[in-house]
Amino acid sequence: MRVAIVGIGIHKFGRTPELSGVQQGACAARRALEDAGLQWRDMQFGYGGSYSAGNADALGNEMGLTGMPFTNVLNGCATGGSALLAACREIQSGAADVGIVVGFDKHDRGAFNASPAEYGLGAWYGEVGMMVTTQFFAMKLQRYMHEYNISVDTLARVAEKAYQNGALNPNAWRRTPLGLEEIKRSPIVNDPLTKYMFCSPAEGAVALVLCREDRAHRHATKPVFVSAGVMRTRLAGAFEVYGPTVSLAPVANATELASRAAYEMAGLGPGDIDVAALQDTESGAEIMHMAENGFCAHGEQERLLREGDTRITGRLPINTDGGCLANGEPIGASGLRQIHECVLQLRGAAGQRQVPHEIKTAYTHVYGAPGVSAVTILQK
Amino acid sequence: MKAETGSRAVDPLLFDWPASEPALKASRCLDCGALAFPAGTSCRRCGALKVAQETLPRRGRLWAWTIQRFMPKAPYRSAESAATFTPYGLGYVELPGALCIESRLTENDPGKLRIGLEMELIIYPQWLEEDGTAVMNFAFSPIASKRASRP
Repeated sequence: MRVAIVGIGIHKFGRTPELSGVQQGACAARRALEDAGLQWRDMQFGYGGSYSAGNADALGNEMGLTGMPFTNVLNGCATGGSALLAACREIQSGAADVGIVVGFDKHDRGAFNASPAEYGLGAWYGEVGMMVTTQFFAMKLQRYMHEYNISVDTLARVAEKAYQNGALNPNAWRRTPLGLEEIKRSPIVNDPLTKYMFCSPAEGAVALVLCREDRAHRHATKPVFVSAGVMRTRLAGAFEVYGPTVSLAPVANATELASRAAYEMAGLGPGDIDVAALQDTESGAEIMHMAENGFCAHGEQERLLREGDTRITGRLPINTDGGCLANGEPIGASGLRQIHECVLQLRGAAGQRQVPHEIKTAYTHVYGAPGVSAVTILQK
Repeated sequence: MKAETGSRAVDPLLFDWPASEPALKASRCLDCGALAFPAGTSCRRCGALKVAQETLPRRGRLWAWTIQRFMPKAPYRSAESAATFTPYGLGYVELPGALCIESRLTENDPGKLRIGLEMELIIYPQWLEEDGTAVMNFAFSPIASKRASRP
């Protein structure tokens, strides 16, 4: 049995100094409940998470303390995906008919400063300056550009597209389109990536109301079904965030593992996907994730970006809401933001950024430290 | 290097110090053969408890790199402030027959770094403790310009 998404809610991403992370989560939850025509007290369970803004079950203080089972999820960038998967299993097992998933966050400005000990690494790894996520993405990209002849122009095109899409999204943070030259000439953060090719830690919240497939039409005129949901961790030797080594023989990474398993679960392939949301914490990540999720051969991105294939009007629109680049990265919320956007697209309710061609199937992908990935495939 | 006035390895698990020919210390699984750095007490691939210590080659080739252009937040430690921060290079160095190791690089000029460059292990002081003890870390240096710059 598939699980239906019957309500979606979002609190604007970016900076909202007047609201705590939990309050932004509550705002998203109220909107998702309203969308489904349900009440907080109707929720038979909740799963949710934040990385920096407290336990998600503190939502009860805002929404009402109903005694419902609520499980806090802490799984890095896969927090939203993991919460959704747990919720799906809750419903598929027959334990519950309807429940809610919430992800929110509120990070300080500047790069993340994770603790090595929390990742099973010695303190030295942070003390010598290697516990920085942006370095990993830059080094992986440097290697990828060398192997597959990806140009700096292609990196800039991804960011250009993100800000164009963000300008069409009232919930996005970065809503000003930037030109290729402006993106390329902004200060370099970690070579070869410039400031405007990176996303920034931010704030935001998303909630989803889920129910049994056979009750979907009670709560939604256009329900969206979860055809696959997969979360994977890293293998020994793979090239992943906070990895002191990489093996000489190539090893599949967490994204590739999650992607393959999701296609298998859904009985679909990359050619069946009409719109995708791929983790774009920097513009090179989107490029590499296009191939790792099966949407093109390694190196083919150069042509696809040049020809506009991943724009809203292209053959395979990617990150139609502006992705992490235009929305920023509130870790607990980003994975659910992708799902929120894909549900809007599948409903035909994405407004100015609605994909113009017929879409039936959407794909979401997150990736993060220390090598975790979650993929979902959603269908009308 | 100030071995005579007091220095220590940033983590004794990484390399022995002081040493005339320092080398990085790894562990090899006696069941599946997987090599791990830093050395573990069990195998990172198969979980077996039988592992043997071995040292890694001191030379290799640059496999991936970047320049860190902003000063990392804590837990980063150095003698610098945000105002005096000097960007540093870091990368993965492919050690033949062993592993690619993530490491600080002594070179921070992107024009002088390219994938495939021959690199050699060096030990350098990362910061000084209050009592003057130099805390030593490992880095890789392009072999041709070994003494050209400090990491």
